[in-house]
Amino acid sequence: MKLTKFAAIAAAALTVASPVLADLVFPSLSYRTGPYAAGGIPFADGYADYFTLVNERDGGIGGAKAKVVECETGYNTEKGVECYESTKGMGALVYQPLSTGITYQLIPKTAADGIPMHTMGYGRTSAANGKVFRNVFNYPDNYWNGASAIVNHLLEINGGDIKGKKLALVYHNSAYGKEPIRTLEALAEKHGFKLTLLPVDHPGQEQKSQWLQIRRERPDYVAMWGWGVMNPTAIQEAANIRFPMENFIGIWWSGSENDVKPVGMAADGYKAVTFHNVGSDFPIFADIQKYVVDAGKAAGAGDQIGTVLYNRGLYAAMLAAEAVKKAQAIHGTKDINASMMRDGMEALEITEDIMAAQGMPGFGPSFKVSCENHGGSGTVGVQQWDAKAGKWNLISDFKPTDGDVIGALIKEDSMKYATENNITEGCN
Amino acid sequence: MSAEFYFGVEVFLNGLMAGVMYSLVALGFVLIFKASGIFNYAQGVMALFAALTLVGFQNGQIPFAHLINTIFGTELSTFGWTLPAFAAILLTLGVMILFAVLVEKLVLKHLVNQEPIILFMATIGLAYFMEGFGDLMWGSDIKKLDIGIPQGGNRWIEDHTAFLGGDNFYGFYIDTLDIYAAVIAAILVSSLVLFSKYTKTGRALRAVADDHQAALSVGISLRTIWVIVWAIAGFVALVAGIMWGSKSGVQFSLSLIALKALPVLMLGGFTSIPGAIVGGLIIGVGEKMFEFLIGAPFLGGATENWFAYMLALMFLVFRPQGLFGEKIIERV
Repeated sequence: MKLTKFAAIAAAALTVASPVLADLVFPSLSYRTGPYAAGGIPFADGYADYFTLVNERDGGIGGAKAKVVECETGYNTEKGVECYESTKGMGALVYQPLSTGITYQLIPKTAADGIPMHTMGYGRTSAANGKVFRNVFNYPDNYWNGASAIVNHLLEINGGDIKGKKLALVYHNSAYGKEPIRTLEALAEKHGFKLTLLPVDHPGQEQKSQWLQIRRERPDYVAMWGWGVMNPTAIQEAANIRFPMENFIGIWWSGSENDVKPVGMAADGYKAVTFHNVGSDFPIFADIQKYVVDAGKAAGAGDQIGTVLYNRGLYAAMLAAEAVKKAQAIHGTKDINASMMRDGMEALEITEDIMAAQGMPGFGPSFKVSCENHGGSGTVGVQQWDAKAGKWNLISDFKPTDGDVIGALIKEDSMKYATENNITEGCN
Repeated sequence: MSAEFYFGVEVFLNGLMAGVMYSLVALGFVLIFKASGIFNYAQGVMALFAALTLVGFQNGQIPFAHLINTIFGTELSTFGWTLPAFAAILLTLGVMILFAVLVEKLVLKHLVNQEPIILFMATIGLAYFMEGFGDLMWGSDIKKLDIGIPQGGNRWIEDHTAFLGGDNFYGFYIDTLDIYAAVIAAILVSSLVLFSKYTKTGRALRAVADDHQAALSVGISLRTIWVIVWAIAGFVALVAGIMWGSKSGVQFSLSLIALKALPVLMLGGFTSIPGAIVGGLIIGVGEKMFEFLIGAPFLGGATENWFAYMLALMFLVFRPQGLFGEKIIERV
């Protein structure tokens, strides 16, 4: 009797939990709890709100409703893998793991299951080589584009010559933080600047030694590859030793409001590279207000709209929706599966017209994906914090990065992976 | 003397300052362990919760606003007023005392005479509960904590020491916030020592620490003592939360400062208040000097956490009770 009741309850729960078959399912591996929740919440809100908007305003994507299935990872790799396993059977079209650790675990799994994964601005950089990583996409930018963009910015403000200059890299002492080192070393050799590496142990609340070393060695510029509490602590320490804030530049994961607001006015002038625009001065935000927030359908409290990480989630969802449209066009059906979604992602082309049509003119770079290039254009912009106004400003266009250096490194790393995993490079 | 020598002195001084910050966290552990034999896993989360509450009061934030808005469809966030730092600290202290009463009534009372490991497990549960409760009450966004303590390199010290090491030396760098932390820690430890030595309640605390059964037999209320100890530990957590929160904002990683206190406790002993301070200073200086002399130049850096725990491990091998801990001899 008890078993029958249990079975009935389980069946009812499954009915409620499972999406309608015709839905386009987008699992959201979010982290709304734990030490990194402040970064995870706005991204998850932006990602969900975009799909709510297209459902409410446009009736879905190509006539099919989008459904976001959220699963809490707590930014924990094991939980992330559990989330993948528990949601992949729901008709998942694409995964955005939002964690480099989870990404590395899911690369072989998604390859085996034939589900594409989009790791925008994080994950395994060499996944840009689509001939090896057929199911992984990291357009429009990867970590090495970020490293190159930082150097390009320094070249730009120094009239094209940074020979003899000193750059210190303050980085999270983890696989993520070490990602830019090879690229920066190659660029240091190419441009003749001196690179100093300063690792910071997790979580990064204590950085006195690193900043005393910076004070002693007086580098001209400091770059940062941090996450979570490491970022505001570093910016505060830089302010404490009176390091010029305009000479301090972070990767996009060190460039949100969470990183500068705790430091107050002292963070004024701090820079970060970015692959999408900032603020809420785009037509789409009026639609989000009307169709999502005012309708009481916002994913969060509505207080994150227009923040850097909300915009990043919004942008990721827009790129996913555009890939769906491409897949629907290629296969002639509105009800696509993961394999079709992969085809759509590989044929994706984002133009200024497409972004403008979505109410996001100039929101990100224009780029085209192909089998050979899953990494997109690799163009990167620079944003700067205005503490008085309490907002980020985009201070440059999205500009190309060093394709020669990055391309060679991607080739080398992806071929190493291909050899280790018996993958034959190719497009079919 | 060369500039390099003075840089070493600078690292040494900053190690002392960092040690004081570690000691502030370690003190809370010592107080509770000394009085009740409980290793309070929740001490780091208590610092986080205290800091969240303080910022919430300062900013006039409505507690549980997000929950209320979700249930009732309202758009509440703040009361519309702000509180001066001193008033907010007093109110937060009140919350931490209330917290101590509730912990005693809802958790500890039911676990009297249980094995220490059971009490330890209870504090793990308490830590997770408080982390979620703090999130629900005040939100998980990162908050700026400012109670008026200045930050940044102390100009006076820099200017008056710049002549020492020649052109390449810029004067000793000491963060003004760290100087405040050192003064506050000195006052805190002196007050705690005076309180435990010269007040009736303090003597009762020491009696309970020495022998629960004997203390009970002379009429000391174990439950009252536990409330007092947890309230004092709550106050110490508030001080630690203020100092660490001022450095890096109030966010959930603040609870991880407990990791920095563990080697201090292993070195200084779990039952000694001066031990927490001396242990903190040794760990702070040791890890900073090791990083300066060996870690950064030869090992690629980021050796501080490793060195702190290695140093603590070495002490454990030769003096398991720590520098100032009591050696427990149990006779059959």
